[in-house]
Formats: sequence, structure tokens, C-alpha cells
Amino acid sequence: MESSFADVVFIFVLAIFVGIEVISKVPSMLHTPLMSGTNAIHGIILFGGILVLADAASPLAQLLGFVAVVFGSANVFGGFMVTDRMLQMFKKKKK
Amino acid sequence: MSSTIAYIIIGISVLFILGIKLLASPKTARLGNLVAAGGMLIALISLHQPNGDYVWSQGWTFNYTLIVIGTLIGLVIGAIGAYSVKMTAMPQMVALFNGLGGGAAALVASLEFINIRSDAELTAVIAVPMLFATLIGSLSFSGSVIAYLKLEGKFEKPMTFPGQNLFNGLILVVILGLAIFLGGHVNTPAFIGLFVLALFFGVAMVMPIGGADMPVVISLLNSFTGLAVAADGFAIHNNAMIVAGTLVGSSGTLLTLLMCHAMNRPVSNVLFGAFGSGGAAAGGAAGDLAGKTVKPIQADEVAVLLAYAQQVVIVPGYGMAVAQAQHQVRELSDELGKRGVEVRFAIHPVAGRMPGHMNVLLAEANVPYDQLCEMEAINPTMDRVDVCLVIGANDVVNPAAREDKSSPIYGMPIIDADHAKTVIVMKRSMAAGFAGIENLLFYKDNTRMLFGDAKASLNALVAQVKAS
Repeated sequence: MESSFADVVFIFVLAIFVGIEVISKVPSMLHTPLMSGTNAIHGIILFGGILVLADAASPLAQLLGFVAVVFGSANVFGGFMVTDRMLQMFKKKKK
Repeated sequence: MSSTIAYIIIGISVLFILGIKLLASPKTARLGNLVAAGGMLIALISLHQPNGDYVWSQGWTFNYTLIVIGTLIGLVIGAIGAYSVKMTAMPQMVALFNGLGGGAAALVASLEFINIRSDAELTAVIAVPMLFATLIGSLSFSGSVIAYLKLEGKFEKPMTFPGQNLFNGLILVVILGLAIFLGGHVNTPAFIGLFVLALFFGVAMVMPIGGADMPVVISLLNSFTGLAVAADGFAIHNNAMIVAGTLVGSSGTLLTLLMCHAMNRPVSNVLFGAFGSGGAAAGGAAGDLAGKTVKPIQADEVAVLLAYAQQVVIVPGYGMAVAQAQHQVRELSDELGKRGVEVRFAIHPVAGRMPGHMNVLLAEANVPYDQLCEMEAINPTMDRVDVCLVIGANDVVNPAAREDKSSPIYGMPIIDADHAKTVIVMKRSMAAGFAGIENLLFYKDNTRMLFGDAKASLNALVAQVKAS
């Protein structure tokens, strides 16, 4: 991608403020699901693992990349599933 | 071609932001999680190498077989973990998933390191994020594993020794020294040293923190992992990773502060204060209690008190969750409701093992939403409450937080259970709570203790209330 380093830093700084802004008024009962949900989002590291493993050139690199993919995959899939399981219980509200 | 990818990444970023936004409101939370997951799926399908090559259209190599097998293994581990874990053990599971993410971030950074052949390739733009991701990722991995073990009940007491903060500080200095050296030199032993020391530092950082503070630690490590992922995004030129990682990093930091705020403790106190190790403070409180005894009560008496009360407040705590008694609690509340007793549940912000944990557990047992009250709403009405039933809660109803300046929990907002006309504390034994502090509530004149397993006691209560 043709983005300069400054562009990337720009994205980074804006994302910091967006991250703070979106959860500034969250009720405490949602802290656990929110932590769990954001935990799943950093599971995007799976794709980092896939990208580096695709290019791995040595057995050591393949081993490390493979472990990274397993870890990342467990993070992203497990993260979204456990959050969904928590939140489906909030659905049944007032009888 | 590459501008198309850029637009797709913008779309993915919007889905993540919307997802977190929706997660922050009870009505839309589940949808928010699905929106974020949808963003993730699009990211997977549209995955491109930094040079613009579409990952899934490259010639199939053994590496791709490894990718598919690894992803499937992770999927199975994740699914088993997510669906087999008991609701009470949710926080541990989040810790574990977070640790795996941190580990993955550190490994991705290590692979970047392997790819660098000469010192000349090591520009600051590459070296800084790579080393940062290695350091923070491995720290988050080992720290999360310790947090997991602590919540599982292994060495949950804080582990401290004299000069600990100094010792940890020295490790940190060595780590930073190695990182600065590695910023200019491709040196494998130094890199391995950095990796191992960072792992060790994660352990050393979490070990002295008591089990009661683990939610804060997990939230902090969650934001650390986010930042490590963002750093990896810088190192391997992936904007989606930068956005997702940074969002988690900043929202996670704010969430950590919100949690500390709910406990009325500054974050530095949690991380370096070694909460619950204050033997002297606990001793002071115990001194005042000398000569005082607790007053036990039997289930049938409690049933009568409840059945003829007008207002009952139930304060559920982790003890209730451990006994898996949330369904019995709901039965009791329904039974009392039929008799015209007004029943409300008082939820302390940090009840259970994590903020919001108790709401999840009670929702699982179908307790109607409108019966759950937050601490601020219930405290002013506590004087009018006839019976306050404390089930397996301890520190969150301890009046020492209001009265005893020497207590380690002094200043923490509590549910004023002692203001009710009668307080019934259901408890297995007289053991101290998670924070290891004596509870003054048990010795108050209007307090009665109902000893025994919460589930068995509640079953007895339900039967007796039905009969009376």
C-alpha cells in the first residue's frame, strides 16, 4: 500500500480518540462483555500470523508462524463466541 | 487494485468502531459483537500482503496448509473454550484468550525479526514497533496466564517480598537497555533475552496483585495486547491491524480506569499497592471486634422474616455464583413476588469477579432486568428495606469501607446493607472475603448469619416460604 509513515501515524492517533469516545458512557454491567468483545477484536492478529506464515522461509519461521496462527485463531474465534454467549443472556428481558 | 484494498479497510474499520459502539449499550450489545465479527470476516476474505498480492490467490504452498491447519486448531480450541466454560469462569476465559492474542503478537514480531538480515535494514520505523510488539505481547501473554491461574484459585494471595518494586524496576531497565541495543543491531541472543525477560516481567508484574484485582489487570493486559497488535500492524504495514489494535488499546485503557473508578482506587494503587497484604490494617479492624460475636439464625426463621416483609433486597456475590445458586435465588424472588413482597437485586459495580459479571449470571437465571438495581439507586432507599439478604457477597457490603480508615478497602463505594432493618448474611463459613479483610457487617446488631451452602439454604428457604 502506498501510504506514507505520517499517514499511518495519523490513522493511529485518530483511532486512539475514537476508541476512547465510543465507550465513554458505558454502564458498568456491560464492562465484562465489552472487555470480551474488544478482546476478540485484537484477535485480528490472526491475519498478521497468516501474512508472516505465508512468507515463512525456514522451519523455525514456520513453527513460530504456525503457533502464532493457532493462538490468534483461538483469540478471534473464541473471543467472539464467548462474548456472544455472554450477551445472548441479556436478550431475555422484562417478562 | 491497492486503492480498492484501502477502501475495504476503511469499511472494516467502520464495522469495528460501530461494533464497539453498539457493545456499549445493553439493547444492542449482541448485535455489536456480530457487527465486529462481520468486519473480521471481511478482513479475512480480503486479506492482502503489504505488496498488494491477494493472499488467497497465491500458489498453494506447504505454508498455506499450515495456515489452514493452524486456523482450524485455533477455531476448535476457541469454540471448546467459549462453549464449555461455566458462566462463573468467564473472566478466566477472557484472560486466556487475551494471553493467546498477546503471544501471537509477540510471535509475529519475532518473525519480522527473523526476516531482517542486516543492521542497515533495521530502520527506526521498523525496529520500534517490532520491539514494542515483542515486549508488550509476551508480557501480556505471561501476565494473562498468571491472571488466569489466580482466578482459578491458584496462588490467589498476593506474592510480595521486600524491594519488589525495585527488583521489577531493575528488570524493566535491563529490558529497555536490550531494546535500545536491538534498535541498532540484529542480534539473536539479545532478542531471545528480550523475549524471555518480557515473559518473566509479565509474571513478576501480576504475581504481587491480589485475586480481587484481577479484572483490572485483565482489562489492562487486554489494552496492552491491542497496542502490541497495532505495533505489529506498523511493522508489517497492515492498516486494519493498526486501527483494530489501537481501538482496543485506547478503549481498553479507558475501561481499566472506569473499573478502578468503580472501586474508588487509583490504578497505580492496584498495580503497585499489593492489595490485601496489609496484615497490620486487618489486625486493627480485628482488634475492634474482640469480644463481639456473630448471631446465627435458622432457615425457617429467615423464611418467616422474608414472607412477611414488604421490601426485600438481595445482594448477590461471587459466593452465590460459585454455589451455582442463581436459579434458586430467582425461584425465591419469584415466590416472594407472588406473595406481594417487593424484591430487588442490588448489584455492586464489581460484584462477582468482574464488573458486570453478576448481571450476566443473573440474566442467565432469567431474573427480569428491571429488578436489577445499581448501587447508587438502591443505597438511598436502604433505610426502608425490611430484609437485606446477602448471598455470598462480602467485601462489597463491608461497612469498614465507610467507617474504618485503617482498612485497605476504606473509601470503596459499598452497598449499605447494614442500613436495612434486618440483614441476613448467607455464608459457608466465617472465612474472610476475596480481599482477605474482616467484615464488620457480620458483627452488627441487626445482622444474622445463615451458615451453609448457598444452594441448599436457598432450597430450604423456597420450601419454607411456600409453606408459610
